Amino acid sequence: MSGDDFSESLEGIYHIQGRDFVDAGIVSSEVKKSLQGKGISESIIRRIAVITFEAEINIISYAEQGTIQLFIEPDAVIIEANDAGPGIADIDLALQEGYSTADDSIRELGFGAGMGLCNIKKFSDIFELTSLVGQGTYLRSIVKLNG
Amino acid sequence: MNLETLADTLGLKCKCCWEKLKSTEVKGGYAGDLLSDVMANSSAGDIWVTRQVHQNIVAVASLKDLAGIVVVQGASPDKETVDRASKEGVPIMVTDMAKFEVVGRIYRLLSEG
Repeated sequence: MSGDDFSESLEGIYHIQGRDFVDAGIVSSEVKKSLQGKGISESIIRRIAVITFEAEINIISYAEQGTIQLFIEPDAVIIEANDAGPGIADIDLALQEGYSTADDSIRELGFGAGMGLCNIKKFSDIFELTSLVGQGTYLRSIVKLNG
Repeated sequence: MNLETLADTLGLKCKCCWEKLKSTEVKGGYAGDLLSDVMANSSAGDIWVTRQVHQNIVAVASLKDLAGIVVVQGASPDKETVDRASKEGVPIMVTDMAKFEVVGRIYRLLSEG
């Protein structure tokens, strides 16, 4: 799906500042509000809220900055997260529940349990993750609206 | 059961959104301090029992449409947390009880209907 172009259905671009846990969740709240009133069921909106929240927390935890883009297609919602972070050396390992490189300051806040990427995958219908060490990480999650 | 009855029965102290207690229906509950765990496994309408006090708990409760948050063990939510919860309409209650006891009592109350 990497070559797909959803640019015509772009609903919003949200900038995220790394290490800013105070504002964590604000982008997810904005995404949730954007989805309401568009005929999308509450349960699907909550799935997308989980995906967006985890993507937001990952950028805040590990990257200097990043963006989340929201696309609304007639049959799906697409969340794309890009960051200029350290990248993920071993994606299979990062997708194992419980694996985390978070430091204590992140864990004290109740994050960094090694569940974030697993949650994103679990709540997505289509999940794509690519990363280059030293350059950043790209994540795309697609949630279908009809099943 | 509405949140007001639950809070009164357990003697929980409400820190914000008093006006929402009566109209908020508690459908179930979830306990946890790992935010990703709560994000993944809680359900809409759950009362969330936690020891976390920082403002990110408000985002979790709001995003998952939880009924409210019970902060246990005499912990006091940060001022920023209460301010944000007021803004987002998320009731926060506190108690001196430990999580085990709170969860047990809520479970029994909800089971008895």
